[in-house]
Amino acid sequence: MKLSREEVLHIAHLARIELKEEEVEKFRSQLSEILTFVEKLNELDTEGIDPKFSVIPPENVLREDIPGLSLPREKVFMNAPETDGEYFIVPKVVKK
Amino acid sequence: MELLNKSLRELHRLIKKKEVKPSEVLRELLNRIDETEDKLNAYITVSREKAEKKAKLADEELVKLSEDEVPELFGIPLSIKDNINVENVRMTCGSKILKDFVSPYDATVIKRLRGKGAIFVGKNNLDEFAMGSSTETSFFGPTRNPWDLERVPGGSSGGSAASVSARSAIASLGSDTGGSIRQPASFCGVVGLKPTYGRVSRYGLTAFASSLDQIGPITKSVEDAAYLLNVIAGQDSKDATSAKVPVPNFLEALNGEVKGLKAGLPREYFVEGVEPEVKEAVLNAVKELEKLGVEVVEVSLPNTKYAVETYYIIAPAEASSNLGRFDGVRYTYRAKDYKDLIDMYKKTRAEGFGDEVKRRIMIGTYTLSAGYYDAYYLKAQKVRTLIYQGFQSVFKEVDFLITPVSPETAFKIGEKSSDPIKMYLSDIFTIAVNLAGLPAISVPCGFDSKGLPIGLQVIGKAFDEETVLKVADAVEKSLSLSLIPSV
Repeated sequence: MKLSREEVLHIAHLARIELKEEEVEKFRSQLSEILTFVEKLNELDTEGIDPKFSVIPPENVLREDIPGLSLPREKVFMNAPETDGEYFIVPKVVKK
Repeated sequence: MELLNKSLRELHRLIKKKEVKPSEVLRELLNRIDETEDKLNAYITVSREKAEKKAKLADEELVKLSEDEVPELFGIPLSIKDNINVENVRMTCGSKILKDFVSPYDATVIKRLRGKGAIFVGKNNLDEFAMGSSTETSFFGPTRNPWDLERVPGGSSGGSAASVSARSAIASLGSDTGGSIRQPASFCGVVGLKPTYGRVSRYGLTAFASSLDQIGPITKSVEDAAYLLNVIAGQDSKDATSAKVPVPNFLEALNGEVKGLKAGLPREYFVEGVEPEVKEAVLNAVKELEKLGVEVVEVSLPNTKYAVETYYIIAPAEASSNLGRFDGVRYTYRAKDYKDLIDMYKKTRAEGFGDEVKRRIMIGTYTLSAGYYDAYYLKAQKVRTLIYQGFQSVFKEVDFLITPVSPETAFKIGEKSSDPIKMYLSDIFTIAVNLAGLPAISVPCGFDSKGLPIGLQVIGKAFDEETVLKVADAVEKSLSLSLIPSV
């Protein structure tokens, strides 16, 4: 799969990664190469094969409903770039 | 350096007999770290003062304990790959985006080791977010191979493997998503065990590809690997994928009783592309096992030739989701100038992640996106079923498999770093094991003509680490290689 410049910019936007102008062509060519590489799987007939999302059998894992302590607030916020001790602070999202 | 060459079992004996103090072990270790770090760069963080304080407390407590009361890792300093949380210690994952992150809690494996008295001396270098096969993508610079400083130690657990090899670590924990414990162990001439998926709790391991990741020991010997696995294995209520399977005493499996076991050599793992010296060393070790009464047959795993392609769809897909959390809100790094929330995300991630991480996030974003999901992601998960079934069917015939760990020995720094696919192919013999969730070990089996170590891989049935360890121990004992580099 050969990606276009627009496709790379779209993927980067979805992935929330800003690309510098000089990076666009580099990633375009590398990502195209990787996608071409993995397309070798198309040689294999997988008609009627179920996907294996995990090697663990899909089972509910339940436990007793016993109250316990969770991470204290100061631990939760200790790595926050911006916080008032009760909330993570982010740039304003809603317009007035 | 005498204490640093001892096995965990021997160190434990010396400490409980009060012949050696924990502070003496630590002092020797810190001296060795000081002596080697300029050359190796195997650590991102050394917790010198914290460890010294703990060792001093352990000295004092030891006096009050009777021999039987001393837990099996009491006063023994361990090093940990820097993507596993150790409370109140910096955890960078080898990334700029986490360069100032401090762990708010202990991973379950750390809690268990701590419960047996272990001390944590430092955090080992790794490829950024464990994505790589050479430890060159670390924001903190590459780790060097103690056997040849111009070469990579393998990756992503390169810091763990290099330090254990150079004796600047007594034992370490790594993580393995596609070979990240076994391949560096092979390149550095040490032992690396990837347990069965679900054998060890992943709680507190920074998630890369959650259906593939496992934590495991990197050690000087098979015995040390069994010794650590005894402590870290077992179900954990904090990891719903950790299995409710009884944990045996893995040390008891190291009894040399390999007679009558059946080994399979998958022919696809001995084809062209494997360095002749690697093949020769592995087959030589197989001969040793035959002398001990192991029956050897050739088997076939035809779909393993699609393992790397399958992995490079599944692992980036899971990574693109897992690494979504690094958004400039909760985990330390946030870009300085931005115009709104989306711009803040984009700039934070552009500045914080290195190229390989960006590539994998973007590949994963693409293969999971509407219109491409079926063609890539779903297709890969179907091929994964075929790979899984291939192992299931050979394990009806044989008890374990033997393969090379890597088709080659340690390559030069910079040799593959500009070609992502060439780097990906370095894990061609380890990746299928993760896709199938099986246990596998890397044990040294010889050297090439450049004097670089070669690793042999033993792959076992799910939850049969005992056979894997037993066979690896037999290989180690029958070859008795001298494995201390001169760094």
